[in-house]
Amino acid sequence: MIASVSMVLALLIGIILVITLRGASSLNLSMLIQTPKGGYYLGKEGGIANAIVGSLYLSLGATLLSFLFGLPIAFALQKEYTGRSLSNITRLALDILWGTPSIVYGAFGFVVMVYFGLRASLLGGIIALTLLMLPIMTRSIEEVIRMIPLELKETSYALGSTRIETTLKVMFRQALPGITTGILLAFGRGIGDAASVLFTAGYTDHIPRSLFDPVASLPLAVFFQVATPIPEVQQRAYASALILLMIVLFVSIFSRLLSRRFSRHIVR
Amino acid sequence: MSHISLRNLTIGYGNEQVLRDITVDIPDGQITAVIGPSGCGKTTLLKSLNRLIDLYEQAKVEGQVIIDGMNIYDPRTDILALRKKVGFLSQKPYPLPMSIYDNIRFGPKIHGMNGEQIQRRIAALEKQISLDEPSLKPVLQKARFKKDRQMELLVEYYLRLAGLWNEVKDRLNGPASQLSIGQQQRLALARALAIEPEVILADEPTSALDPISAQLIEKQFKFLKENYTIVVVTHILRQARRIADYVIFLYMGELVEHGPAGQFFSSPRDERTRAYISGEIS
Repeated sequence: MIASVSMVLALLIGIILVITLRGASSLNLSMLIQTPKGGYYLGKEGGIANAIVGSLYLSLGATLLSFLFGLPIAFALQKEYTGRSLSNITRLALDILWGTPSIVYGAFGFVVMVYFGLRASLLGGIIALTLLMLPIMTRSIEEVIRMIPLELKETSYALGSTRIETTLKVMFRQALPGITTGILLAFGRGIGDAASVLFTAGYTDHIPRSLFDPVASLPLAVFFQVATPIPEVQQRAYASALILLMIVLFVSIFSRLLSRRFSRHIVR
Repeated sequence: MSHISLRNLTIGYGNEQVLRDITVDIPDGQITAVIGPSGCGKTTLLKSLNRLIDLYEQAKVEGQVIIDGMNIYDPRTDILALRKKVGFLSQKPYPLPMSIYDNIRFGPKIHGMNGEQIQRRIAALEKQISLDEPSLKPVLQKARFKKDRQMELLVEYYLRLAGLWNEVKDRLNGPASQLSIGQQQRLALARALAIEPEVILADEPTSALDPISAQLIEKQFKFLKENYTIVVVTHILRQARRIADYVIFLYMGELVEHGPAGQFFSSPRDERTRAYISGEIS
């Protein structure tokens, strides 16, 4: 028991420690607000603003898109709306999609974009990330909705409410903590994923001005910059890793707090 | 007040028959207790009266339940109107995931009650109130004049009617989930009353409660029976003796005996009833 706890904690602390030690020294204001000067692969000046902003654009866009599709799908999978066999098939499909490696989404996105003659862009990246995040978000939200006690639904129906009213006013609110967790779980997966955006979003020194510009991202900032012989470029990689780690930590903690706050109204 | 008659009601889940050929009239304006051992179909009987049984995919209903002259299993039945007429209290209270205030307001709101309807309701309620609950009258009188606060006053009225007001008046906007379970059951009662039902169905409403809360609920039922038809499922014989005016005894899905409480308990006709009352079977 103690061994397993300490192993998990040691791993977490180890990662945080190493990344912080390597990244903290290079983390300063200009690192955060400047884009790389002279090319991200060779230039010694500038920061990682391109990757920070790019990653936020990508993952926020994909989170929004996943939520817009995922929430209705999660409700539609309940037995109030869909028969058992059909919803089970959909669940299985989502589980397979969940387990699909993200490089496959990247490759798939790439093929589709080539077919349509599109080049790597923010839009392409958002769509590829949405494919990655949708199953995660939908399945975790769906699981929470399915756990809502039948008696609570009965209570709502017994007051004369319709299926839609019960769904929107009772089930949604009851599932809200779980929905929040599902959204943030998917966000966390999305912001840290390198493979799906590798071909679809590209990489650039600039902050995109439109959905059709290529866009940088934090995971790729690490990937492209960590293995160069130039120390200044390596600094950018460690700074990116640190920022990424901080975002993911923040999201986990924030999701706990938020879901606790939303749980006030819930009786299990 | 509604009149409820069951005619040859048979209910099964899949191949298993839970209720067989039940025919009985439930008297108006009284408390009817449905008693019997666990698994005898009491809850199924209750849930068939507001068609909550529809939520169970496998349930199959034959026969008729006639409320106010209409068979509620007729395909033309308006289920929402039926459920508005027939309120329901479950065994374990489930507060809706919202504030105490919103729990009470939920029913009136989904049934689209507007200011004028609230006004009419308040006028009607004023006439109904009996003298032994003097605290309710001033609320309604206030409600007549303060139009902007009518919903608030209506909420207050129903919370008072369920005997909960004094305990929650300072935290109406707090989450209902933080009430004690006894308070939650009275909240459920207030919430059910707020949709203006004529019948109240209660499925072992005190089984999850402490004795004091249970007593409060029983007291509320006795107070309410003047204006409502109440059907209570219970497996507590002493509770049935305390509150019931009429008793229906089910055994293994069969209606064994029914009759006025006094007669039922003092001179049961059926051998099984006698055995159940004396505690030989349970």
